[in-house]
Amino acid sequence: METFAQAGTMDSVTCPFCGLLCDDLSVERDVAGNLNVAKNGCHKSITFFSRAPQAPSPRVDGRTVELKDAVAKAAKILGNARHPLIAGLGTEVQGMRAVMSLADKAGAALDHMNSNGFMRNIQVVQNSGWQICTLTEVRNRVDLLVIVGTDVVSLFPRFFERVVWNRDSMFDQNTSAREVVYLGGRGIDTSAGVAPDGRKPDVLPCDPEHMPDVMAALRALLAGKKLHATEVGGIAVAELEKLAQRLQTAKYSVIAWAAGALNFPHAELTVQNITELVKTLNKTTRSSGLPLGGNEGEMNANQVSAWISGYPVRTSYARAYPEHDPYHFSTDHLLSSGEADAMLWVSSFNPDRVPPKTDLPTVVFGHAHMKLEQEPAVFIPVGTPGADHNGIMFRSDNVVSLPLDQLRDSALPSLGEVLTAIEQAL
Amino acid sequence: MLIKLTGGTVYDPAHGINGKVMDIYARDGRIVERPRDGEKIDQEYNLAGKVVMAGAIDMHTHIGGGKVNIARTLLPEDHRGDPVPHSDLCRAGCGHAVPSTLTTGYRYAEMGYTAGFEPAVLPMNARQAHLEMGDTPIIDKGGYAMLGSDDLLLRMMAANKDQNAINDYVAWTIHASQAMGIKVVNAGGISAFKFNQRMLDLDEQNAYYKVTPREVLQRLSRAVHELGVPHPLHVHGNNLGVPGNVETTLNTIAGVEGYPLHLTHIQFHSYGTEGDRKFSSGAARIAEAINKNKNISADVGQILFGQTVTASGDNMSQFRNAGHATPNKWVCMDIECDAGCGVVPFKYKDQNFVNALQWAIGLEIFLLVDDPWRIFLTTDHPNGAPFTSYPHLIKLLMDKTFRNEMLSRISPDAQTMSTLASIDREYSLYEIAIMTRAGAAKLVGLHDRGHLGAGAAADITVYTDNADREKMFAKPDYVFKDGELVVRDGSVVKVTWGATHVVKPEFDRGIEKEIAKYFDTYHTVKMDHVKVTDQHIADDGRGHVQVQACEGRREKTA
Repeated sequence: METFAQAGTMDSVTCPFCGLLCDDLSVERDVAGNLNVAKNGCHKSITFFSRAPQAPSPRVDGRTVELKDAVAKAAKILGNARHPLIAGLGTEVQGMRAVMSLADKAGAALDHMNSNGFMRNIQVVQNSGWQICTLTEVRNRVDLLVIVGTDVVSLFPRFFERVVWNRDSMFDQNTSAREVVYLGGRGIDTSAGVAPDGRKPDVLPCDPEHMPDVMAALRALLAGKKLHATEVGGIAVAELEKLAQRLQTAKYSVIAWAAGALNFPHAELTVQNITELVKTLNKTTRSSGLPLGGNEGEMNANQVSAWISGYPVRTSYARAYPEHDPYHFSTDHLLSSGEADAMLWVSSFNPDRVPPKTDLPTVVFGHAHMKLEQEPAVFIPVGTPGADHNGIMFRSDNVVSLPLDQLRDSALPSLGEVLTAIEQAL
Repeated sequence: MLIKLTGGTVYDPAHGINGKVMDIYARDGRIVERPRDGEKIDQEYNLAGKVVMAGAIDMHTHIGGGKVNIARTLLPEDHRGDPVPHSDLCRAGCGHAVPSTLTTGYRYAEMGYTAGFEPAVLPMNARQAHLEMGDTPIIDKGGYAMLGSDDLLLRMMAANKDQNAINDYVAWTIHASQAMGIKVVNAGGISAFKFNQRMLDLDEQNAYYKVTPREVLQRLSRAVHELGVPHPLHVHGNNLGVPGNVETTLNTIAGVEGYPLHLTHIQFHSYGTEGDRKFSSGAARIAEAINKNKNISADVGQILFGQTVTASGDNMSQFRNAGHATPNKWVCMDIECDAGCGVVPFKYKDQNFVNALQWAIGLEIFLLVDDPWRIFLTTDHPNGAPFTSYPHLIKLLMDKTFRNEMLSRISPDAQTMSTLASIDREYSLYEIAIMTRAGAAKLVGLHDRGHLGAGAAADITVYTDNADREKMFAKPDYVFKDGELVVRDGSVVKVTWGATHVVKPEFDRGIEKEIAKYFDTYHTVKMDHVKVTDQHIADDGRGHVQVQACEGRREKTA
């Protein structure tokens, strides 16, 4: 195996810090294990890789302890709990497999830190399904890209570079002629949507609370309904009619949204209006939805949970078999209702994603740089997948998974190792 | 560790053994001829009066990969009807149409199955397929990598690349996907759908590449053959579910110039257009063609009545059929310039004319194909029915009285359109053992499975003979996996982790230059990251890769 004690440059490195999972980075390592993005970085990957290697000790009640003592204490907390919650779930596939095994044994509920957004999509899939595509299809086929309610790039910095303004595409398309429309939202930075030749995107802004009306109106127009209103949410119906017509004449339109950014009540119904109008378009031409997500290992949690339990997260093993409920088993609900009596929190990619405030006995499996306002009963620092140890990660489109490689030596255990030890101690 | 299975009635068609009372020995997971002199027998099972076969092999079952997990995500209500609590031995999950991975492994083993093969591994999604199969306990597994609508193959064909280059790319794909073979789904059609074509007949051109399905089938069947991959090209035909597609299927058989071809879920491709409703059985013509063409094999993809979900790479057909979704929700995807998928829940009803006739067509094919070495027992799980209905299906094949009674209950119009009542054939235990063991192993290329000769893995299933074949096959007395007792009286008694079978055909690695350039130019991932490593399969110490030889078929050793 590679020796990590030497300085060097690694090519084709995969960055796990957003759902795009760009795998073309060059990363330099010095002898101390500091990493530096040398090529194809973005502000997110630079932040991610530049966190210095650290290996703080585990803590119990704020006191430094050995790992085995922290494991024993965590097992005790879990063993005493009647309905523990394992939340956060910022981990890769192998870590998530260990989470599932532990949850089954401990009768725990599972939720991911980004589920408030992701469940909007899940509810749509469970209710009506959808028609979507993956990133390489966008890169080679999109001729009209409609982006709903987000700038995309603050969540996924290299989106336009990677799949919209790419120079080469497979089907003789002049990619710089691609059309971009931002639909909905207010004060959105649309600069990334400017074409390489300087052509500006079309922007149809509206306040977030009007998004449901706007999407419903667009869907109605595409379904052939006549609208009596002349404007919806501040957007002229004539503009929406024009957009509807462009969608109908496009050869392969893509409608993108980031469920986490649609932050208003019952946004799942707005997602459903998007996905149902895509289905309508496909009666005559081709169109795909593009749900954007996958940050903090969101897809890992939901994929692994789905194949092992049958359900995505917000699933509980309290009755010895898995039960799923997008409302009932949310972190917020389980904490506020008192139905959970202990919490395990996982965030191995991101030190800033700290657990929600709670009086429950809490075990945190955190990034080495994590600073906690409230000292948990147990803190166990774990390695960062894709820097400190190997792993596997699912991308935003929930289809492509990529290997994450260890890039440096680390004294930190992986989440999987720690959870397996806890399960054995139960 | 030496075990002795004493005095069972053995059905081992690979060695021509048809119901012979004999002893079987297994040492450390492998079958041996007899103990060494003075060797102590550690365990003995008295199997007098019991039926002994190799472990069953499902050569086409959707148990792992993106579309299976989409199907799970789509159907929480189905899972709620079949919750599976954990036990001291087994982990929790859910069952029915698309069971969770762990439940899938337990239930296959509890039915006497010791291997299952995922037929639609998208190279771009192969890692997920292996991850899911890696969480499927007890049984062995493997998959067929999907090609035929991937842009690289179509580009190579449009550029008229020579067959050697195609062969290298096919072999590279098998390695990268850790596969046992190659499957083609609606050849060229998934790509055509992305260009807004809604049908693609055998000689119709893809709008962009000007390549026809027939050409794709010819290129790929030849590649698989020339690479020495034991499993013939696994073909999901064009025009699935379309009345009249029997012509397409017959043309497909005629069109591959004698190269071996396996036609999968052929029931869905055996429809005529006769009768008032322009929907009729093409089973007799299909069976006749299979009987005549020795290069052709098929599995049936039997439908059985009830709720299930169809999960397929064929998004062109699935989109066309989405209006039949029950409950009314479905997912279609265009995937990575590689393939696609469509997931449509379905409820087959015995009083629905079309569904009832589909049921009869499947059974007609089973009964009209003469050679059980070339026809295989599948429901295309979960597309025709969940795999847990296999014992019922076996009873339909082995018991004419039962079959005719079931026939009398379906849509009367369908009854009059079917010749099923006039077919007297009943499958024998020997023939069932061929279809589900010896034949399946030979077809897939599992040289050391599906038989009970010396050197074979000790995957063995023991049943109590029962005139009610459904009861008999639902609950084996014993199942041994690699020599370990894993099931007793139809319940798991030990959880093991099976192997992942792969082939590694030789090829010229120079092809990687072209593939890498293609990925760098057009894709969003690097070529090297597409490759599934042994470690991805063996991680966490449960699975392992077993490489099966690429030198043609296993010879009979008896």
